Amino acid sequence: MYGFEWDTATPLTYAWSILPIILIGLTVTLKAAAAGFSIALVLGLVFALLRRSRVKAIAWTTSVVVEFLRDTPLLVQLFFLYYVLPDYGLTLPAFLTGAIALGLQYSAYTSEVYRGGIEAVPRGQWEAATALNLSRTDVYRDIVVPQIVPRILPAMGNYLVAMLKETPVLSVITILEMMGLANMIGERTFDYLVPLTMVGVIFLLLTLVCSAGLHWLQRALPKAGIPLQ
Amino acid sequence: MEWISYLPSLGRGALVTASITLAAIALGGAAAFVAGIARVEGGRIVATLALCYTELFRGTSLLVQLFWFYYALPLVGISFEPVTTGIVVLALHVGAYGSEIVRGALASVAQQQHEAARALNFGRMQTLLHITLPQALVEMMPAFGNLAIETLKLSSLVSLISIADLTFRAQSIRNLTLDSTTVYTLTLLGYFLMSLVLMGLMRLLERLVRRGAAFPRAAHS
Repeated sequence: MYGFEWDTATPLTYAWSILPIILIGLTVTLKAAAAGFSIALVLGLVFALLRRSRVKAIAWTTSVVVEFLRDTPLLVQLFFLYYVLPDYGLTLPAFLTGAIALGLQYSAYTSEVYRGGIEAVPRGQWEAATALNLSRTDVYRDIVVPQIVPRILPAMGNYLVAMLKETPVLSVITILEMMGLANMIGERTFDYLVPLTMVGVIFLLLTLVCSAGLHWLQRALPKAGIPLQ
Repeated sequence: MEWISYLPSLGRGALVTASITLAAIALGGAAAFVAGIARVEGGRIVATLALCYTELFRGTSLLVQLFWFYYALPLVGISFEPVTTGIVVLALHVGAYGSEIVRGALASVAQQQHEAARALNFGRMQTLLHITLPQALVEMMPAFGNLAIETLKLSSLVSLISIADLTFRAQSIRNLTLDSTTVYTLTLLGYFLMSLVLMGLMRLLERLVRRGAAFPRAAHS
């Protein structure tokens, strides 16, 4: 596979021989999480702002959409996008479909984080902005967003790690990320134990490193004078 | 109107999803309390074991865990029914998340409460059961509510180890009829409805716990 031969003589040589294949899968996993999270960051902000719209119908509709995205499984949303969109003439590459599904699901979570951040901006600042005759767009762009971005970093980081761990679901729509590849190797060698364990260990290492980084961020930010959510 | 003909099959799937979710919540809740209390009250060895369990099941993806138990474990001679595997793995997974909730809530109980309990000559078990746990329980409930919804959503993954839950039924009907829009819309609505019901149940449970707590005021502090 990918020009690599596996050697199933002993578990150790087996693991060593399939490591390059698993690592190729890892790059797909990381790319999917990066693409999905970028979508979630943008879409979540859009949802958070729409929910604060003065037009009640927009605010209410957005709340329902966000609630729906949050309360239904990623797997079914993924199937929906993968099978339904082509019926309406919109055929996207599987990777893009996967990234959009991840982004949609997590935009429900990130919009909640943005909302908390926006609500934590003191009332006095809004009043001062009104007194200075700033438009709502100006207030959000120049006052609210620059203030809340560093504060919400740790909360967002948590969701990035969570998303990373959900990327194996993308294997069901033929995306060959780490676990999809491990499964495929298992199917051909009839030995699932080694590849699946390797994937588990790599996920564990990834999340341990990420949590350590987030832990550091959570301590470093208040020291720099930035209150956390 | 062929969507009506999908309903009986989807309904049976929804029933399986509901049973698996409820079983996993019950089992996972038990695992959460055991591991969470072990982290706070256990000695060094017990606490470390509980920490390993939490990190292992939080740090590796649920789908990897399911496949590992479903495909890999039978190779070393250990195998269960798919439904058993599904429920147990889902329970262990959400239990690991739940143990963090239990640990956090127990740790947030004021130190004075421990001191007062010691002054009254309460043993460790008595302090836990009568003083700290009732207060912590109230704090845990909102987070447990979210985790319950998460369990319902994650339960869809058991369809990938051949359990005929709602997602599995949806896939079968779609493969047969190619009527993707109707089938997946109904399925999404089904999950949404179950989420709303589950949310209502968890709110009810939260109110019961709040009313039963020894110190209703502590809930708001």
